[in-house]
Amino acid sequence: MSDATFDKFKACAVDVLQVPEDKVVPTARFGDDLDADSLDLVELVMALEEAFDVTVDEAELEGIETVGQAYELISAKL
Amino acid sequence: MSPTESRRGRVVLVTGGSRGIGLACARRFQSLGDTVAVTYRTAPPDGLAGEGPDDVDLFPVPCDVRVPEQVDAAFAAVEEAVGPVQVLVANAGVTKDALLLRMGEEAWHEVIDTDLSGVYRVVRRGLGAMVRAHRGRIVLVSSVVGFLGSPGQVNYGAAKAGLVGLARSLAREVGSRGITVNVVAPGVVDTDMIANLGEQRVEQLLAMVPLGRRATPAEVAGAVAFLASEDAAYITGAVLAVDGGLAMGL
Repeated sequence: MSDATFDKFKACAVDVLQVPEDKVVPTARFGDDLDADSLDLVELVMALEEAFDVTVDEAELEGIETVGQAYELISAKL
Repeated sequence: MSPTESRRGRVVLVTGGSRGIGLACARRFQSLGDTVAVTYRTAPPDGLAGEGPDDVDLFPVPCDVRVPEQVDAAFAAVEEAVGPVQVLVANAGVTKDALLLRMGEEAWHEVIDTDLSGVYRVVRRGLGAMVRAHRGRIVLVSSVVGFLGSPGQVNYGAAKAGLVGLARSLAREVGSRGITVNVVAPGVVDTDMIANLGEQRVEQLLAMVPLGRRATPAEVAGAVAFLASEDAAYITGAVLAVDGGLAMGL
């Protein structure tokens, strides 16, 4: 996991989900730990797509529940 | 000057704002002190061609709601000039009447593409900024035809009824963000669209209107402005008929 890439990912999450930086860790669950609803996640995906210049299909989001999983999804596209 | 310094009131975008109900809505918001952009396809509102956002008058932007790139460009122009859209009135619509047995694919698709899919496009484009802002007002202009039916308007009636399902699903999606989505269903209104129906059909309809007359476009605009106002903060997913009683109970 590259620090710079994860920091950029974290910045998006902090901005969109309005959560403290130290809560955005790979094991954090979007629903339980970060209090994000489905619309928050859509917003986050859109922000990540813009920040990393990638596109994410709806189908790829299936089963993504943690920060780590989402980070892997994005970083695999870079 | 930054976009936010130069604008007054809320930023309102009315699609199909060059005439009829759309123009009346634009004028109403303007009189409330809002900054109002209007999209037009055929021609800009009279006397407004080429005038920019710094003018206190309406800010016209060309946009055919059938073309996603044009919808995007229209919103981008408004965002750059005066900031994100806070009140969206999806009003642009067309008719292409024929009895179903004579209604070809083209007439069906043209009306669905503008009156229903066009609303999907503008709402989708405008929604992101509202979600981020945790506030916003969306008003869709439907028609009593969506509820009562009207011979020769299978395409138009389907599109206008479809707006209710669109509004109500979206209202559930974005309610948690303080965004309301409502529908206004005008009846017989004094516009070019009604004039095209022919005098005989209009008389027929008016015979069924308890108030016995047409609405002025301004009377529809009043309902739209209300649904966009703070007073309507707790109203979402509603259908407000402005029809003189024509479709009461819809």
